[in-house]
Amino acid sequence: MSSTAAAATIDHHHDPTTSTGISNKKLLMWAFLASDCMFFGCLISTHLIYRLHPPPGTLPAKEVFSIELTSFSTFILLMSSLMMALAVNAIQKGNLKSLRWSLLTTILFGCIFLGCQVYEFRNFVFEKHLTITNSILGTTFFTLTGTHGLHVLIGVIWLSGMLIYSFTGRLAERDSIDVEMMGLYWHFVDIVWIVIFTAVYLLEYL
Amino acid sequence: MEALAKSDFLAKGEESAKPLVLWRPTAKTGLLSWLTTVDHKRIGFLYGISGLFFFIFGGIEALLIRIQLAVPNNTFLTSAQYSEMFTMHGTTMIFLVVMPIGAAFFNFIMPLQIGARDVAFPRLNAFSFWTFLVGAIIVNLGWFMKDGAPDAGWFGYAPLTTRTFSPTHAIDMWVMGLQLLGVASIAAALNFIVTIINLRAPGMTMMRLPVFTWMTLFTSFLIILSFPAITIALVEIMMDRLFGTNFFEVSNGGLPILWQHLFWIFGHPEVYILILPAMGIISEILPTFARKPLFGYPIVVFSGASIGFLGFGVWSHHMFTTGMGTTATAAFALMTMAIAVPTGVKIFNWIGTLWGGHLSMRTPMMFAIGFLWMFMIGGLSGIMHAAAPADAQQHGSYFIVAHFHYVLIGGSLFALFAGIHYWFPLMFGRRVSEFWGKMAFWLVFIGFNVTFFPMHFLGLEGMPRRTFTYDANMGWNTGNFWSTVGAFILAVGVAIYFSTMVYTYFRGERTTKDPWDGRTLEWSLPNPPPEYNFQVLPTVHARDGWWYEKRHRDEVAREAAEHAKAEDSHGGIHMPFQSIYPFCASLGILIGAIGVAVINPANPALYPGFWGPKIAVTILGGAIMFVSVVLWSLEGNEGYHIHLNKDGSIRGEDAHAGHAPGGH
Repeated sequence: MSSTAAAATIDHHHDPTTSTGISNKKLLMWAFLASDCMFFGCLISTHLIYRLHPPPGTLPAKEVFSIELTSFSTFILLMSSLMMALAVNAIQKGNLKSLRWSLLTTILFGCIFLGCQVYEFRNFVFEKHLTITNSILGTTFFTLTGTHGLHVLIGVIWLSGMLIYSFTGRLAERDSIDVEMMGLYWHFVDIVWIVIFTAVYLLEYL
Repeated sequence: MEALAKSDFLAKGEESAKPLVLWRPTAKTGLLSWLTTVDHKRIGFLYGISGLFFFIFGGIEALLIRIQLAVPNNTFLTSAQYSEMFTMHGTTMIFLVVMPIGAAFFNFIMPLQIGARDVAFPRLNAFSFWTFLVGAIIVNLGWFMKDGAPDAGWFGYAPLTTRTFSPTHAIDMWVMGLQLLGVASIAAALNFIVTIINLRAPGMTMMRLPVFTWMTLFTSFLIILSFPAITIALVEIMMDRLFGTNFFEVSNGGLPILWQHLFWIFGHPEVYILILPAMGIISEILPTFARKPLFGYPIVVFSGASIGFLGFGVWSHHMFTTGMGTTATAAFALMTMAIAVPTGVKIFNWIGTLWGGHLSMRTPMMFAIGFLWMFMIGGLSGIMHAAAPADAQQHGSYFIVAHFHYVLIGGSLFALFAGIHYWFPLMFGRRVSEFWGKMAFWLVFIGFNVTFFPMHFLGLEGMPRRTFTYDANMGWNTGNFWSTVGAFILAVGVAIYFSTMVYTYFRGERTTKDPWDGRTLEWSLPNPPPEYNFQVLPTVHARDGWWYEKRHRDEVAREAAEHAKAEDSHGGIHMPFQSIYPFCASLGILIGAIGVAVINPANPALYPGFWGPKIAVTILGGAIMFVSVVLWSLEGNEGYHIHLNKDGSIRGEDAHAGHAPGGH
């Protein structure tokens, strides 16, 4: 990233910033995402393993899922990643106005995704009678997608904080690393969703 | 980007949003100074003290176990109490003793070894410690409640831990406490990774890092990659217990074997999380007291890396008897044998370090050589388990108990004792008595072997683990009797060791800088190290940087003077502000965890609908945590500058609130 190239490397004539030139926050986020990969990896594995051993009388997942709705929300989430990338770009150029619009759109798309998920959960529970307790599919499905939804929710709250700070002056060009770090998180949550969409939904239609 | 390119110290004039600071604690002594500290040395000290405190707990549990097993058909403990003892002994010793004492060294020593003034995220570091403490409290809360302590083994195999078979809150607390310990460990490990990669002093290239720092890095990677597995397993069991999900509910299609896989995907790397820091400590002590550089430094480093890497591919050797099938069993047996290779390489490197050295047999060296020998015995019995058919005989027997105590006491604990003794003069400026140190060593060494060597034979004669008593005609009487005698010798040795430490802390002989004629940068500091660590950030010219400095004094003094001038003109030494919010956030977590794990669900007659004490307390805790985190972020990562006199005393502090270096 352009922001890192400028940071000082090993140069003792200046005050130390970092040894690698990568900011600490960014490195922290990368390491955290590595850890988060393992969290999701374990949940996705749990789902895939249990998928192979359905107890007799289990509702087939295909009869529960509504692939049209999920495809739509997946598309929305992917588009939010685009807006997130634009937000990072905007703050790096110091364009606060563009930053605010991009953040707002990202938040909006995140909320649409969450809304779809709430609708989907309600539909599964009340119409399709798939609950977290009544079957192994419900258990793994709601836990996995719920955990992902929680990640999106945290991201939306975080983004909203940034949007507010961009008005109060707390977030400005000097803080572009904060937005970039948020962007890493947001893109990661999206990528995980692509894996979940494939492994949980699309796999059932093979 | 332009803003980033500028140094934070130079950016004084730049407009910056005023942080929202409700309270800036400045206490340097007293309780408040400890609650608000962000100093890595103080946090390291807190980790160490907590670890030693729980060591007493775990030790007493071990002695009670040994008293119960001293004679056949003993009724000293009931079987239920015995289950609590071995569960809490294992949980305590692994999560609350060896890991925090390791973390104490990571915190205290690692930043000094790389020539840094603190870790990358000082407040996150404080948060890690307080959350660790919260987890430790939650796990141990059961002792004071009628539900009792957790009693399902440190591995907590499902379905034993499900609501059906463990209906009390004991397991809820174990599940909750371990999740928090995981959060604390991951947060700390992320911090160490960033610190080691980003805060190295000029010239401290990766291949010049002291081996202990390398092992800290590998251990941290193991922590961030393995703890998620147990956390997810714990989340799943918690969901089963709280919300009635089916992860481990066999009647609805749950597979308890999944718990074992998830647990050991964490559990085996955990073994290396416990031993790699020990290997790092040994790799520091042997060169210092053999008075020559570590033999084959790159090989030692890369063996550490390959141990960490292979450590993720051997978990199922804990499950050879579960019927995984021939292919899986063969693959894991092969991997297990493979991981012995880098371990063996390290042992040869340590022997190579000793070979031809001028050995100075001080107490740390005694423990280090004890480590080498005892760890090797534990390693050799470990390779025996790698052969799946042999393991089928040894599984669940005292042979396994003997094996892992040889690697965890003879390995980890010996090294931690060596490390405490070795770095004590640096931490506290006092020297531990050699007589009492060696006395403790010999008692620990003899007691340890008398306790655990007979267990090999007991295991091969078929004595099962986790069984609270045995019949007199099984042929296990002599072995068990001697084992108990040994446990008490070991306890006396440990008691002498720590009494000596406590005495030395208050009354010990004062020592000069660099008492062991050390090789790495931490010894370049006065003892105890000042809060800012380095008066001038060192420039590293070689591996064993301090050794080089001692032999190139003029060059180093010239450099230091230049750097000091440069640094002072940039505003002086940057110090992070103290903060209470990490403590508050952990306090919120404690309250929330009590809500989740301890309080009974509301009686519907008293509290109709959703609300009840359980929900209210949980939400209250969560809210406290959330508010603390928000205030933490609004407070900003700022600090003040201090200016030093030539002798290192503080000439003045200036209240300018600059951002932390690299933390923009």
